[in-house]
Amino acid sequence: MNPFAYSKPAAVNEALRLAGPNARFIAGGTNLLDLMKENVTRPERLIDINGLPLRGIDATASGGLRIGALVSNADLAWDARIEQRYPLLAQAILAGASPQLRNMASTGGNLLQRTRCYYFYDAGVPCNKREPGSGCPAKDGLNRIHAILGASDDCVAVNPSDMCVALAALEAVVIVAGPQGERRIDFADFHRLPGDTPERDNVLADDELILAVELPAEGFAAHSRYLKIRDRASYAFALVSVAAALELDGGIIRAARLALGGVAHKPWRRQEAEEVLIGKPASDETFALAADLLLEGARPLAHNGFKIELARRAVVRALGDAAHSIQHQGGRP
Amino acid sequence: MSATSLREGRSDPAAHSISLVLNGQPRQLDVLPWTTVLDLLREQLDLTGSKKGCDHGQCGACTVLLDGKRVNACLTLAVMLDGRDLTTIEGLANGDQLHPLQEAFVRHDAFQCGYCTPGQICSAVGLAREGRAQSRDEISELMSGNLCRCGAYNNILDAIEEALPATRGEGGA
Repeated sequence: MNPFAYSKPAAVNEALRLAGPNARFIAGGTNLLDLMKENVTRPERLIDINGLPLRGIDATASGGLRIGALVSNADLAWDARIEQRYPLLAQAILAGASPQLRNMASTGGNLLQRTRCYYFYDAGVPCNKREPGSGCPAKDGLNRIHAILGASDDCVAVNPSDMCVALAALEAVVIVAGPQGERRIDFADFHRLPGDTPERDNVLADDELILAVELPAEGFAAHSRYLKIRDRASYAFALVSVAAALELDGGIIRAARLALGGVAHKPWRRQEAEEVLIGKPASDETFALAADLLLEGARPLAHNGFKIELARRAVVRALGDAAHSIQHQGGRP
Repeated sequence: MSATSLREGRSDPAAHSISLVLNGQPRQLDVLPWTTVLDLLREQLDLTGSKKGCDHGQCGACTVLLDGKRVNACLTLAVMLDGRDLTTIEGLANGDQLHPLQEAFVRHDAFQCGYCTPGQICSAVGLAREGRAQSRDEISELMSGNLCRCGAYNNILDAIEEALPATRGEGGA
């Protein structure tokens, strides 16, 4: 780890004043310190935001919940309101990392997790995300864990978060503060596709700080399921994951949300895949239509072609589990 | 990572002064910002019970209890301990009286080489305090952050399953 200066501001304004391209905010530090140990990230200053008043989970005027950026992943997953009203989010969080990491990792930090692409993590090889313009060894290398959707010639990395897949399906809103004040970012617009600027994972500026994530009132508590497919039974990143949520009326689908994890640079949603479900019976035949639409345009690399069929089947299964209210702790199959 | 420079005194201008409670004792320490809790414990304070396995938060051998919650000491900065309560494996026993989870690990032979054991026990103490694991499957899932390369998992699960009722909600830290 490189030497760096450390400050612990007591107010958001003070934290923003210290921010800049060579500084990083630190909350739980679980991803940032790992990246610093690998020399992937070498900040000159760490701004410890744990002194800021961002630990609340509060009701919003519109009937939802506002989750402070510093709420730990464990505290969020085990909050009674989240468990009861947003079980999809609780399941997704518990499917990620380990209990130790979930005790440390923050809500805001989870949104900023960087990819686990082996080449990004290895400072000894080129990577367009780490060093723009240097090349992408993953494209023609070991790419079993890489993207099948939304990738570019410059980057085939995937977003590693489970929590973000559920937040995408729930249509959360990210609230950030910057020098010009606060702004609200729809979750679908927060993370970005790599294009020719894969060094940018999201739309946050260097001098902006995540204050909170807001959940809308609708949590799809009766019919939702986070299904995670991974190489081990626990404590592994998703090869493919699905956040599925339905509103049913006598077996007919009235509303649907569907997001995929482990397949793209951001949680993957497609309006057509959700719309095709509306007004149809909750059956495997219907779910297969949605799966095909969601996977439309999927392109395999040399070693990850299996993900396309895996994702298709996982979507059908997750929607079926959601329809039948089958719950599993931690997104386990 | 240089954690040893402060052994000699307070000469480094980059050092920060922190106050914490370590294994029940108030301590005041000077630490460099880039020193992890694990290196502080092992290299500066001679508390070598917490082990360095992967140093990347993947193995759990460095698990300690921060304000009663289990965390990876390798991914926590020492400078961020200011005002907090830290318990390591050295702080679990009461004199010669072992913590119930330590006793259970001995009774069930829940180790082979022993390198992961301090982390396993601290993690299990945190697990007990969380109060979320009821079944053996749930214990297994909620202990997945602690790897045992010898594969002593069956005995580790036996030990935790037996000790949980005695320690639930108490945490021992």
